[in-house]
Amino acid sequence: MTDLLTLGTRTFQSRLIVGTGKFSSPEVMADALAASGTEMVTVALRRVDLDAPAHSITGFIDQSRYLLLPNTSGAADAHEAVRLAKLARAAGLPSWIKVEVIPDPRYLMPDPIETLRACEILVAEGFTVLPYIHADPVLAKRLEEVGVAAVMPLAAPIGSGKGLKMKAAIAIIIEQATLPVIVDAGLGVPSHAAAAMEMGADAVLVNTAIATAGNPAMMANAFRLGVEAGRIAYLAGRARELAVASASSPLTGFLKPAD
Amino acid sequence: MPFSQTFDADLINAAVERLPYHDAGDVRAAAQAPGLTLQAAAPLFSPAAAGLLEELAQQAHDLTVERFGKTIALYAPLYLSNECVCTCTYCGFSLGLNIKRRTLRVDEVIREARALSSQGFRNILIVSAEHPKFVSAPYLVQCVREVKSVAQYVGLEVAAAGSDEYGDYAAAGCDGIVLYQETYHPQTYAEHHLGGPKKKYHWRLDAPERAAGAGIKHLGIAALLGLADWRFEALSLVSHLRYLERHCWKSQINISFPRINQAEGGYKPLHPVSDAELVQLICAFRIAAPSAGIVLSTRESAQLRDRLVALGVTHMSAGSSTEPGGYSEPGSAGEQFHLEDQRSVERVAQRLRELGYDPVFKDWENMQPQATTLAAVR
Repeated sequence: MTDLLTLGTRTFQSRLIVGTGKFSSPEVMADALAASGTEMVTVALRRVDLDAPAHSITGFIDQSRYLLLPNTSGAADAHEAVRLAKLARAAGLPSWIKVEVIPDPRYLMPDPIETLRACEILVAEGFTVLPYIHADPVLAKRLEEVGVAAVMPLAAPIGSGKGLKMKAAIAIIIEQATLPVIVDAGLGVPSHAAAAMEMGADAVLVNTAIATAGNPAMMANAFRLGVEAGRIAYLAGRARELAVASASSPLTGFLKPAD
Repeated sequence: MPFSQTFDADLINAAVERLPYHDAGDVRAAAQAPGLTLQAAAPLFSPAAAGLLEELAQQAHDLTVERFGKTIALYAPLYLSNECVCTCTYCGFSLGLNIKRRTLRVDEVIREARALSSQGFRNILIVSAEHPKFVSAPYLVQCVREVKSVAQYVGLEVAAAGSDEYGDYAAAGCDGIVLYQETYHPQTYAEHHLGGPKKKYHWRLDAPERAAGAGIKHLGIAALLGLADWRFEALSLVSHLRYLERHCWKSQINISFPRINQAEGGYKPLHPVSDAELVQLICAFRIAAPSAGIVLSTRESAQLRDRLVALGVTHMSAGSSTEPGGYSEPGSAGEQFHLEDQRSVERVAQRLRELGYDPVFKDWENMQPQATTLAAVR
């Protein structure tokens, strides 16, 4: 069975997107990317030397294997996010952009108003736009109307590893979406990723939980398996959740009259 | 209401006097439910916490890795001038000291910036002594603009300024300011700042929020350790940090723990801070303020810096010179203080890799379009 993720004009077999921050070295990062089975990696533009992208972190990412998804981390308003996206495109990076507009350096919460503004401009400029947002169902629909390629609601604050704290709101976003929903930020262990996929998320993005694990490549593989398990479970259709026990071998069956 | 009007030294003193009464239970409770109020954070600075240093260090390490990853951002200071109109007892640039004085011309600043850029630095901190004529605001604006053309991140560690000047610095491309209060203790401040504009304690205390209000995104604050009781400075810094986090919510705040070093003035600190106390400070602040950057300069020895990396440090200077012109023309002017860690930037970066950390030279991108600069033209 082919079960592909479609984003913009591209399709992907892997539903795990991996971030490239916080690794102890570019080599450790490269090993983790390989182990994760990912086909899309996100890179903070602020870490890329745009005069010579090959000589910075992007030099360690095999672009024949992974689609590079630049992100606008560091931008505090729409104007800055748009400027970063254009700088990246001018430097020859893909015209895909993960929009992160974060004015608050403490909890790293995205600004919904500036995010919407940035997406309007970038879609009009021809970018394939993936906005990082709060788990806000109305904002998700507004962004759909703008023409983004997917929405990326947060599970919990970036880097917190707290898991699906925003589960109820993410469920509404998934239920209403006509676009892929990528759960981003706050997933701490593979079971969190599996749970998001079981709910019907189309993909997840993981960075800190892999980069800061004791063995990043091993954890990347574990997330790969978690995402796959969750996706297959979603496709299989889960059994009903009941408030009381329902025995698979009933104890009172003998009381029913035989046919 | 500005911070200077909310800050109450008597309240801090009272909290310092209560510190000996905290026990290990209070310290563990504070570490488990951390916060930046005096009440929540104070036990972490108590003598009892000194007995739990390993526990606190493990927690500080984990929090730092979670938040910042296994990376250390590297930066270099670029000294513009050691000509100073201030008399400060502890400083090697103090008025009246017999040192070689020099202010770099703008073309010399460009040469220094290029020397740093060729070593890989993309984060440059412009530093200067205080002289209204030689180091004027328009001169600083010009220097920021020029340095910005070779570095993505430009910080300023110069005289406290007014909102208009900070607005000009921001428009020129200044991303952050560093302004140590030196000491939060008002009486001690008066005893050490004997002449010049730096005498104005309150003007300095409110400068970081003026900078933030003018659009500067990164604020660096600290006390110069050794002038007053470090526990008084620490609790004052907690108050200042909390105020800035609440009032300047868009600003990234960095803190630092500079210990007084051997300067040309020959000042001997009355309240020296031991290595163990420095470790307690770093761990306590990391636990109380997990998102604060912690900056460590080459004031500290290479051996100690290697050990402090794992405890909560996020930014380090490397290959530094504290004399104006020190990168392209060493020995041409007096230094501000003596540097303990004299390793080259390559050696510092290599050592960080051996310790399992990625040395990061570029972690910022120009967000504003830049005006044409001399450096770009030549």
